[in-house]
Amino acid sequence: MNTALAQWRHRHDVTLPRLLGVLPVLLLVLVALCPGLFTPLDPLAGQTDERLMAPSATHWFGTDQFGRDVFSRIMHGSFSTLSAAVLAVAISLLVAIPLGLAAGLGGRRLSGAILAGADMVLAIPELFLSLSIITLIGPGATHVAFAVGISQVAGFTRMIRTEVVRVRATEYVEAAFGIGSTFWQVVWRHVVPNSLAPALSLATLRLGTAILAISTICFLGYGPSPPTPEWGLMITEGRNYLATAWWLTTFPGLAIIFSAWAATLLSRAIRMDP
Amino acid sequence: MTRYILSRALQALLVLWGAFTLSFVLLQVMPGDAVLIKFQDPELGLSPQQISDIRASYGADESAFVQYAHVLGRTLAGQLGYSIETGVPVSRMLHAAYPTTLRLAVVSFGGAIMLAAGFATAALLAPLRPLRAALRLVPGLASGIPVFWLEIVAIQLVSFHWKLVPVVGVSGWTAVLLPGLALAIPISAPLTQVFLSAAERVMAQPFIDVLRARGASPLRILYAHVLPNALPPTLTISGLVFGEILAGAVVTETVFGLDGLGQLAQQAVANQDVAVLQAIILISVAGFVVINFTVDALHPLIDPRIRRTQAGGAA
Repeated sequence: MNTALAQWRHRHDVTLPRLLGVLPVLLLVLVALCPGLFTPLDPLAGQTDERLMAPSATHWFGTDQFGRDVFSRIMHGSFSTLSAAVLAVAISLLVAIPLGLAAGLGGRRLSGAILAGADMVLAIPELFLSLSIITLIGPGATHVAFAVGISQVAGFTRMIRTEVVRVRATEYVEAAFGIGSTFWQVVWRHVVPNSLAPALSLATLRLGTAILAISTICFLGYGPSPPTPEWGLMITEGRNYLATAWWLTTFPGLAIIFSAWAATLLSRAIRMDP
Repeated sequence: MTRYILSRALQALLVLWGAFTLSFVLLQVMPGDAVLIKFQDPELGLSPQQISDIRASYGADESAFVQYAHVLGRTLAGQLGYSIETGVPVSRMLHAAYPTTLRLAVVSFGGAIMLAAGFATAALLAPLRPLRAALRLVPGLASGIPVFWLEIVAIQLVSFHWKLVPVVGVSGWTAVLLPGLALAIPISAPLTQVFLSAAERVMAQPFIDVLRARGASPLRILYAHVLPNALPPTLTISGLVFGEILAGAVVTETVFGLDGLGQLAQQAVANQDVAVLQAIILISVAGFVVINFTVDALHPLIDPRIRRTQAGGAA
């Protein structure tokens, strides 16, 4: 048993820093899926006699203008932000993988056209792009995820194409052609797995960017509407009590930063090259 | 050389046209167009005939292709159309809003350059390798901080708690001081990252060892030898930085209640005022394209190696 574990650890190069790098994201996933484990308090029902109370032993992060527990709202709000970020990155990958493969494998015309298109999209700041999509499809939690996902497609496409071109130039691909494999065999067995693995590790890095973009758009007011607990929205609502209740804006912001950093750590931990 | 600049200019125009077309497709070919959304409200008491007249006056009743040709034509003539929300010419709204955003951009860009320069110097010259490694991580961590949160904390600490800079009832440069400096932090992060990795590549080269052996001080090596070599790669992201500042202005002007282009964009999204939003996107793309073209055109002047490859390529 022990040797099997050791073998597995060796094969997957499991080291202590790598394990530690995965921990924050595991914690976030646990919070998002079972927020009830971390707080018994209701994120929506407030106690009218406990309005705008500073952090204390009962309310770790204080209470808001309706007497709702801020800690509970942050725990319950994590699902909204994290699932939107995962959805956004999944949408970008879904669109960008075929485009990136086509740009890397296709002829000069096809790849030129895809890259020129990506350049045009990349000239527009991502926030403007996602806000335009919001204007088109309207606000809402899922719409924000879609808008952020689509606005990241161009960047992903370039990234995947770079990986595909790198793998195509390697000696093992040349050798595979040498022993008589067909184009599609080489693509399927060598190019796809070897170029998508690094792309996926970069995708986890983009998870952090997506979390920031989503909370920014929700802060601007195009995400879910009150009373939904959402980190960006909580900061918008807390702005009305800027001078008196600092905890309303500070803690949701720290939650966003923690998640963005956790995504960065994860991408470092699963990166293929040492 | 001329060929190089011409091809770059052509590429710039192509990107500008493509981004214009994309924003048109996204914004103006909506299933229920913005004019209809605004005027079909029964409380306005407009007859179907009046609504279709209004739509005709905005050109919203024509086919998408005719509308595209029309909008492209008038934009080329410098006419940006009318705001659907207020009926005011978009150019007049932009004219009223741009000074605030320009001031904000100047403060945040200047702040970002100084922050990046100071931080990069510290990260490259600090004693002890672990300290340098730790400093090297800071820009990446800083880019994980949401701008709007940073700005709210800045208001609470700098303005309310320490009472250093007022944020209420201010105008002109005072109004953009705190917002600009707060926005400078996320803007400086990518600048620092690109510059640091370029500088580290330069510092690994043998000529740096030679300089060190001849007794040049670390500061002299950094400013006289590493900086000129690490600057060109950093300049290539300046177009991106322009776009980031304009996008950052949307959030910053919302937080601080400034009436600039960012606020205009934010209201345009809220009101589905597509003409205004498209004009602001066009400004941001035009800035990106012009800056990138300038950097590309200046590149051979700064970096003789590029000049040589260009000459070789043309021959």
